[in-house]
Amino acid sequence: MAKKIDQAQVRKVAKLSRLELTEAEVEEFTGQLRAILDYVEKMNELDTTNVEPLAHCLPLSNVFRQDRVKESLGTEKTLGNAPQRDGEFFKVPKILDDSSGA
Amino acid sequence: MVTEELSARQLRDRIAAGQITSVEAAEAVFKRIEELEPVIGAYISTYHDRALETAADVDRRLIAGEPVGRLAGVPVAVKDNMCTTFGATTCASKILENFHAPYNATVVEKLLAADAVIVGKTNMDEFAMGSSTENSGLKQTVNPWDTTRVPGGSSGGSAAAVAARLCFAALGSDTGGSIRQPAGFCGVVGLKPTYGRVSRFGLVAYGSSLDQIGPVTRTVADSALMMNVIAGHDPADSTSVDEAAAPVCDYLEKLNEPLKKLKIAIVPEFGAGADEQVQKAMTEAIDVYKKLGAQIVEIDMPHLDYAIAAYYIIATAEASSNLARYDGVHYGHRSEKATDYVEVYSKSRAEAFGKEVKRRIMLGTYALSSGYYDAYYLKALKVRNLIRGDFTSAFEKCDCIMMPVSPTVAFKIGEKIDDPLQMYLSDIYTIAANLAGVPGISVPCGFDQNNLPIGLQILAPAFAEDKLLAIARMFEKETDWHTKMPAIIT
Amino acid sequence: MSELQHKVIVGLEIHVQLCTKSKMFCGCAAEFGAEPNSRVCPVCLGMPGVLPVMNKQAFEYAVLVGLALNCRIAAFTKWDRKSYYYPDLPKNYQISQYDLPLSTNGYIEIPLESGRTKKVRITRAHLEEDAGKNLHTAGDFSQVDLNRTGTPLLEIVTEPDMSSGAEVRALAAELQRMVRFLGVSEADMQKGHMRFEPNINLVITKDGRQYKTPIVEIKNLNSFRALERSVDYEEQRQLDEFLETGEVMEMGNKTTRGWDDEREVTVLQREKEEAHDYRYFPEPDLVPVELTDAWLEEIRGRLCELPIKKQIRFVEQYKLSDYDAGVLTADRSTAEFFDEVVKAGGDPKRACNWVTQDGLRLAKERGCRVDELGISPQQVAELTNMIVMGDVSATAATAISDIMVTSPDLSARRIAEEHNLIQKSDADELEAIVDQVIAANPNAVEDVTSGGKKSKKARGFLLGQVMQKTRGQANPKVVSEILAKKLG
Repeated sequence: MAKKIDQAQVRKVAKLSRLELTEAEVEEFTGQLRAILDYVEKMNELDTTNVEPLAHCLPLSNVFRQDRVKESLGTEKTLGNAPQRDGEFFKVPKILDDSSGA
Repeated sequence: MVTEELSARQLRDRIAAGQITSVEAAEAVFKRIEELEPVIGAYISTYHDRALETAADVDRRLIAGEPVGRLAGVPVAVKDNMCTTFGATTCASKILENFHAPYNATVVEKLLAADAVIVGKTNMDEFAMGSSTENSGLKQTVNPWDTTRVPGGSSGGSAAAVAARLCFAALGSDTGGSIRQPAGFCGVVGLKPTYGRVSRFGLVAYGSSLDQIGPVTRTVADSALMMNVIAGHDPADSTSVDEAAAPVCDYLEKLNEPLKKLKIAIVPEFGAGADEQVQKAMTEAIDVYKKLGAQIVEIDMPHLDYAIAAYYIIATAEASSNLARYDGVHYGHRSEKATDYVEVYSKSRAEAFGKEVKRRIMLGTYALSSGYYDAYYLKALKVRNLIRGDFTSAFEKCDCIMMPVSPTVAFKIGEKIDDPLQMYLSDIYTIAANLAGVPGISVPCGFDQNNLPIGLQILAPAFAEDKLLAIARMFEKETDWHTKMPAIIT
Repeated sequence: MSELQHKVIVGLEIHVQLCTKSKMFCGCAAEFGAEPNSRVCPVCLGMPGVLPVMNKQAFEYAVLVGLALNCRIAAFTKWDRKSYYYPDLPKNYQISQYDLPLSTNGYIEIPLESGRTKKVRITRAHLEEDAGKNLHTAGDFSQVDLNRTGTPLLEIVTEPDMSSGAEVRALAAELQRMVRFLGVSEADMQKGHMRFEPNINLVITKDGRQYKTPIVEIKNLNSFRALERSVDYEEQRQLDEFLETGEVMEMGNKTTRGWDDEREVTVLQREKEEAHDYRYFPEPDLVPVELTDAWLEEIRGRLCELPIKKQIRFVEQYKLSDYDAGVLTADRSTAEFFDEVVKAGGDPKRACNWVTQDGLRLAKERGCRVDELGISPQQVAELTNMIVMGDVSATAATAISDIMVTSPDLSARRIAEEHNLIQKSDADELEAIVDQVIAANPNAVEDVTSGGKKSKKARGFLLGQVMQKTRGQANPKVVSEILAKKLG
């Protein structure tokens, strides 16, 4: 089984989760996550070698929509909740690295 | 007159008959909100003027003889994780405190189309993560039966509002018991429909493969009435089931259909973990069914013990992804301290998410991360399949399964807040239904020595809500638990 | 000096935007160039509570390309979430396909300069949603436009089967032609409809030992030219770097470089602090797709003859040059129009000339396709045969074409007759005129018959005289024959 989660891993996970944690939080979460994960290890009592993973409960497939254009929100409503905007754009601090995945 | 005894269905019928006006009903509810809400804290927002306008419109249409909807004039509440174009949709989170949705959730559209009068939006655990509503980032809700205790959660606001008569019915959402458990703690009826029965469009996602909207009401009939309004296929939700595959029926009409040779399964080993008083109430409830001629079968569901473990991996994994969008870029809270765009994310989220939300995001991220996926997430999906298998074989032997809603009655505020694992373990009886996607209902079945409500949970096969409601109604007819009222309102 | 050989190895990751009317998961119009943030709704904005519903057309387009790429199409396919944070990705996850992509194990045939073709293996092709756009031109902040967010995108991954910039370019051009033929993408690189990211490294043999240089992925390529040149540039750069540092490929030393179009160099891009951990997991908001045989066959029925096949057939069947066949098959309507002309009895060589010259010229003038000129394949077939028969000259044919566009109901012959464009090929009639010209120009005749260096010029002069007398309507070929007969 995986080794017990430690503070370094908690920091790494926090970074992946885009959560800035205080030192106190790192410590607190490490203990709590460790307790929860210890409990979760209970699953290993079960032999699941020949069990299929079940991601969807329902035997549904092939749900589609037709390729029809519907009205969009409009720029004002789109930007209505924006914390910061610049004209018709959402505004964010300068992006220096290019890490677009698409 | 608008009395405390009146159920939603009775109110609707009297409004339709002209005995009570919608405006009277709405005013009575707002009067009670004025008196009790400062103590109960069930609502994040209320909509007095809007509600009275709707009510007046219903009254006008009734006088004019125009057709009205199935909930015409009935004051209802909506959990604050369902989007509305009026007011904010906060999920009880600081990150969405000022978020104004530009669209209505499908269930909200359906309530409005049924001419329900939406009174307000109820408090909850932040992003529906919790079992006590203590994780609300915005306010505290207390249990109307004992204001030092939690109302349960995450739909604690909805359950407390219904129990304290701050509305006639409410909508909640249930990912691991979030409708049934607070209903049980507050002595009201709560139904989690089959996954796919009610549209999730507009329900702010927590665990997408588990979330389901359902009613919290005073009576079983009221839940049937609410289901008549909210159930059904929605083309905007790919996981909503086609009505050809699973037809929606008139749940109210089928409520009193006699159920012959009812076979009820109990899971003795599994139920044994509950408090003594809870077990006693359960035994008495089963006896009621026995007297009605039901046959009781004892079954084994060997994988239920692993439900909490699987649930807290699957739900948090999905949540870690669902909540990634709250980043301070397009809507919601943005940190003023951020100096670059990465800090916009990490500081905004750190400032505005509560501890439990952070904990679950962390847990879910960990379970999906490289090197841990197979051990946690994939394993949990396999365990989920085993749990569903338990239900499939169980329903070959019975019509429904009965067990407690929770191992305890409502606990004290603050009692479990510092021990997340203990809090998670209190969901032991409700979680499996979400993993298997089957419907479950919580009905009042007694009180403990401190006059705190106890709930009976009934689980039925997928899409058998009609049967589930009818079975619950059999019990309700024979008992008067649902007529009891918390002292605070009398 | 030590013995050193090297070979460049290139694989491509390609994104092709599918030209559906609406986006992949919502009804917003998928169009280029609208006002910023005007083609956005709660779904593509990733607002709380929204859910995606799959665009059927996008799925079928993706299957169609999979079939054209000779892929194995999965009978069961599903969607996954790929997590990463970026301001142009409002949900901070992209709906994509991970372990069960809809097509795998295919190949694309690309034309090489030698006239032969090469098969490049396709690893997989899957459907995913596009991100929006971050703009960095405004000042000390960035702007985000979400119009493109949620546009259906086909990601195609090839095996590292290409071994030159020219081959990479050929693949890009072939794929562009293919998706345009299939009508599933506008495939305009400038508009970002097609994006290519080559993965390049070298296999170097030095002193009998083989070395592989670290893989470099190149981004920001917005033309075929840039694509080709970046590969060529990178080949040299990696060779130089290897000679300098000796660094070889190992886990984790892949880098990303951006193409600087002005300087024509690749530039190392700022690396992210942590390695990517996309945390793929099954998208719970979408259900899987089960593709039945009947449905797959229905989609297969929408396949057309692919451009490379058409090009090869045009060369083999009609004896066209590879170049001409390439021009004809640059787009589907042109190729099909040509096919129709030949089917209507037109002479292939003349039909090719007509389509690639008069046809494409007129189409360009009018801003339409060849098949939209209002000129029927039958009219063109008749015209090509009139050219073959010598009834009209090439010049006259062009004039006739210009008239046909405005008088689509008239046959080529009728236009030729009405406008006196029929060539005089009647030998008797022309002989009389040739006799008159010979009689009137004894000096020129002398020059021709004496066979000196003036002979050729004099022959041309006599021919010109005949043409003048017939106001250009004499068939020069026939006139030349008569002159030859009379003057030797």
